Amino acid sequence: MLNVGKIEEGFVLDHIQAGKSLSIYHQLGLDKLDNTVAIIKNARSGKTGKKDILKVEVDINTLNLDVLAFIDHNITVNVIKDGEIVEKRSLVLPKEIRDIIRCHNPRCITSIEQGLPQIFYLADEEKEIYRCRYCDERYRKRDGEL
Amino acid sequence: MIETNALRHLMTPMDFSVDELERLFDKADDIALHPAQYAHICEGRILATCFYEPSTRTRLSFETAMLRLGGQVIGFADASSSSASKGESVADTIRVVSCFADICAMRHPKEGAAMVAAARSGIPVINAGDGGHEHPTQTLTDLLTIRSLHGSLSDFTIGLCGDLKFGRTVHSLIHALIRYKGIRFVFISPPELRVPDYITEMLRNKNIPFEEVIRLDDVIPDLDLLYMTRVQRERFFNEEDYVRLKDFYILDKEKLSRARESMYILHPLPRVNEIAVDVDNDPRAAYFRQVQYGLFVRMSLILTLLDLTDDHINHGLLKWQSP
Repeated sequence: MLNVGKIEEGFVLDHIQAGKSLSIYHQLGLDKLDNTVAIIKNARSGKTGKKDILKVEVDINTLNLDVLAFIDHNITVNVIKDGEIVEKRSLVLPKEIRDIIRCHNPRCITSIEQGLPQIFYLADEEKEIYRCRYCDERYRKRDGEL
Repeated sequence: MIETNALRHLMTPMDFSVDELERLFDKADDIALHPAQYAHICEGRILATCFYEPSTRTRLSFETAMLRLGGQVIGFADASSSSASKGESVADTIRVVSCFADICAMRHPKEGAAMVAAARSGIPVINAGDGGHEHPTQTLTDLLTIRSLHGSLSDFTIGLCGDLKFGRTVHSLIHALIRYKGIRFVFISPPELRVPDYITEMLRNKNIPFEEVIRLDDVIPDLDLLYMTRVQRERFFNEEDYVRLKDFYILDKEKLSRARESMYILHPLPRVNEIAVDVDNDPRAAYFRQVQYGLFVRMSLILTLLDLTDDHINHGLLKWQSP
């Protein structure tokens, strides 16, 4: 079994659905950081069999983690200080998502107009329904998407 | 309402609060009563009608509205006669139009196009229809018509008849009406064309009374207002159902004989055959008056979005202002 050491300062994203860690790595902009990041794929999980984990040595407050709740709110966020978990942060669905997903409505202006930001707003928090800011079409996840 | 750099635009009918709508309708009433007072208020102002798809009534209504306010009109009536045919974006087109005109009415087949324009515009933008999404000035027209004929926007039973599934005017009208008190909805449609579930769910959650029926005959005596829409053959799954059901949704003199004397008939037009022509002379047939109300509400809207106040009317303060 592969061992990845503890981090001293930063955060750990645990219980990521297996195979999603790389997308999250890019969505959070971790590829642009100079800090240490460990991407652990297909780790053993009691609950789901397999899971991904991200360990990031950076102050959690410098990143916007809102999008994680949209991607998968089973992800747990552990804030680490001096090598210990000091906080488990809960995820809240963001009110707005920008340039993370695309509108699939072929009648939407985003299907033809170049350079538009893809904006979705949280229409129903309870049912986790997001709608396109332009056409109000409900977002439905397709295969291979976040 | 989108507001950019203190500009006001109209994207959906819900952009106006109930109070703002009252003021808009009051002004529309005043325009109807005193048209001469408004005949020069927009002198030196230009409305651009940017219509990327054909429209007769809406475009003519906007253009007439500006002309009756003393302003002038530029624009195009279909995408092929605009730079869109050369691949120009909506965002670029509105930037260019902003250099020429003081206000723009835009119709576009793509949903959200007017919103894109508003975000880049230097002048107020009115959504004159964006695909199957919104057509706010039709809803404002419907509301003003109801307010004028019924006397208020509360305490009535309205029947909505025909294609309630795909009809954007019906959906927008329901959303606009739920902000008023004492309104009961009766949805009259074939099962295939029922009002979408998210609307009935919303009405249930807000405890707004409604019922769904198949036959107009069954409910027409209970209605204060009847809003007719077209039932198109192609919306049915099979020809047999169309033939079986289509007559339920044709309003003729016989059906109308069972309605109240005070019931008004509205229709967003164009009408095909869902209202028999012999109904047109009935005093309850209000759909052509509705077109007139549409003109007054667009005149009022232009004045509101251009922020032309009563001072401009009363004291002749209007001068052309460079953008």
